[in-house]
Amino acid sequence: MDIVQLLIVGIIVGSIIGLGAIGLTLTYGVMKFANFAHGDLMTLGMFLAFFIVADIGLAGGKIGPLSFGWGMLPAALFAMAGVAAIALLIDRFVFRPLRVRGGGFITMAIASLGIGIGLRAVVQMIWGPSPTRYTSGINKAVTIFGEVKVEPDQFVIVALTLVLAAAVYVLLYRTKLGKAMRATADNPALAEVAGIETESVRRWVWVLGGALIAVAGIMLALQAQLRFDAGFNLLLPLFAATILGGIGNPAGALVGGLIVGVSQEVSTEWIDTGLKPGVPFVILILMLLVRPRGLFGSSV
Amino acid sequence: MDALLIDLAPLLSFHGGLHWTVGFLTTVAIFAIVALGLNLQWGYTGVFNFGIVAFFMVGAYTSALLTLPPPDPGFEDYLGGWSLPVPVGWLAAMGAAGLLALIIGLPTLRLRRDFLAIATIGIAAILRSVANSVEGLVNRARGLNGVPRFLEELATGEDYRWVMLGIALVMLALVYLVVSRLTGSPWGRVLRAIRENEDTARASGKDTVSFRMQSFVLGGMIMGLGGAIFAHRVNAIAPSSFTDLLGTFLVWTMLMVGGSGNNRGAVLGALVVGFFWFGVPLLQEDLPDFLGDRVFMIRQLVIGLLIVGFLLRRPAGLLPEERRISRFVDELRTESAASRLWRRLRGQHLTP
Repeated sequence: MDIVQLLIVGIIVGSIIGLGAIGLTLTYGVMKFANFAHGDLMTLGMFLAFFIVADIGLAGGKIGPLSFGWGMLPAALFAMAGVAAIALLIDRFVFRPLRVRGGGFITMAIASLGIGIGLRAVVQMIWGPSPTRYTSGINKAVTIFGEVKVEPDQFVIVALTLVLAAAVYVLLYRTKLGKAMRATADNPALAEVAGIETESVRRWVWVLGGALIAVAGIMLALQAQLRFDAGFNLLLPLFAATILGGIGNPAGALVGGLIVGVSQEVSTEWIDTGLKPGVPFVILILMLLVRPRGLFGSSV
Repeated sequence: MDALLIDLAPLLSFHGGLHWTVGFLTTVAIFAIVALGLNLQWGYTGVFNFGIVAFFMVGAYTSALLTLPPPDPGFEDYLGGWSLPVPVGWLAAMGAAGLLALIIGLPTLRLRRDFLAIATIGIAAILRSVANSVEGLVNRARGLNGVPRFLEELATGEDYRWVMLGIALVMLALVYLVVSRLTGSPWGRVLRAIRENEDTARASGKDTVSFRMQSFVLGGMIMGLGGAIFAHRVNAIAPSSFTDLLGTFLVWTMLMVGGSGNNRGAVLGALVVGFFWFGVPLLQEDLPDFLGDRVFMIRQLVIGLLIVGFLLRRPAGLLPEERRISRFVDELRTESAASRLWRRLRGQHLTP
């Protein structure tokens, strides 16, 4: 395929990874543990939207050339609220007791692995194991120049990622809550002494991370399809992007996601497509060898 | 993999029940070997491996490739095919899995502990993808068929399953002895010291990164051995045989339930969780439809809940690790009143 085409696909895939990694890096930075259920929360997000547009049938009229209708708007809001609520429940009943006990970041990581296994089982139980799509119609690609084609949905994916990343930036650096989040990430004990309610900050981080990952999940389903293990399979690229950008650094996570996405897609120009999943791994290992604190520094 | 491991013949007769039990115990023995490998890594050293099935898979493929006859041109395409004896294949499997551990461990083990978990979480998916797509490596998705049985001449037909059970139990006993001796030795004490507090261990002059690497590589070799035994037991392997759920998450559950840091706990966990995992499908026909259709997913949900539940309620597992300070303390504790009196009369003191 044309290298420019691969580059564009890479930017689209990279946007999805980047948006997912922003949520991951926030929880990693504030909660201090690697959340291995993050990919499965992403899967949950895509299926909660499916519940509205397909199970309930609120698809709505088609929006211009896009593959989905107006129903996707309430569906996305429902998915964001739903994933945020589930994340809060998990924190309340699993992570907080472990935190209070002083279980350490490794215990929480193993617990998150167990939660991920359970979430995948629940998604399969409700929506079945076979892949599906939001709508059956095809999304006709438009030619932008030469041989390069882009689907209208993919414009939305990239644009929405940029808008949400900007919103996260404003939240973190222009609001009091954002300041409290950054303080808790830097030094939880000091933040608490300074009068910040760190438990409340943690809850907001779960809400924010959950909402972002839900949107990333819907995007992933638009770009590929809905599958019970779609999010789990994206876990390695998500972590590679997070570590590349520096843990706890949202801007870094977005850049990291784009680097992972682009190198993964462009690499297929030279290597077998079957080796593609190895690319994020190689990036991760190289990064750990050369600069384990990430390109832009890490708060962990 | 399920169907390959255990013949779900209805347990209507004594013969059927025996048939199932022999197959089940063979499977449990293989899983117990892998769980002992994880116990060495995680239970004793705190080395955090989420890619167990990758080591298992490398072991299975290595042994299969070396012991298989040459590929039939036109139908099959794989490396090796040297018809080597099975024990040679098993040794090579351990070597290959150990090498994989070395490659992953070198960049990650000197860093934050969870970086190893992150690096291992996707490794199995990559290996599956490579095995599926690269021509002339392991016969791609068609898999390797006719992996030879070990000690085939001892029994024929149905009776061979008893031989296989014997082999698996003997290998489990060997691995158990080796791991127990190692973890009970001064070397094992260093591992536990690293797990409890790496800085203190380093301050005592121990090269902690090197010790963690030794534990990771050795544990990986044991997992590779488990995979090799598995390959010669099922006789046919394909990339889809090696799922994260069965190869990695189930083994973690076995160790969390059994009790990490306790080798007997690892074996007990393999038996208990294995009985649940492989026993539940037997109930499928008797369950109401809405449950029967979802029995495999419910089983998976329970595995996830078991990990979380044990972490929250019983973090030490069914058989907690034995806290042993010194064997003299044990002697003092178990000393009878009469012998204590006799010792005091003689004016002797137990001194560590």
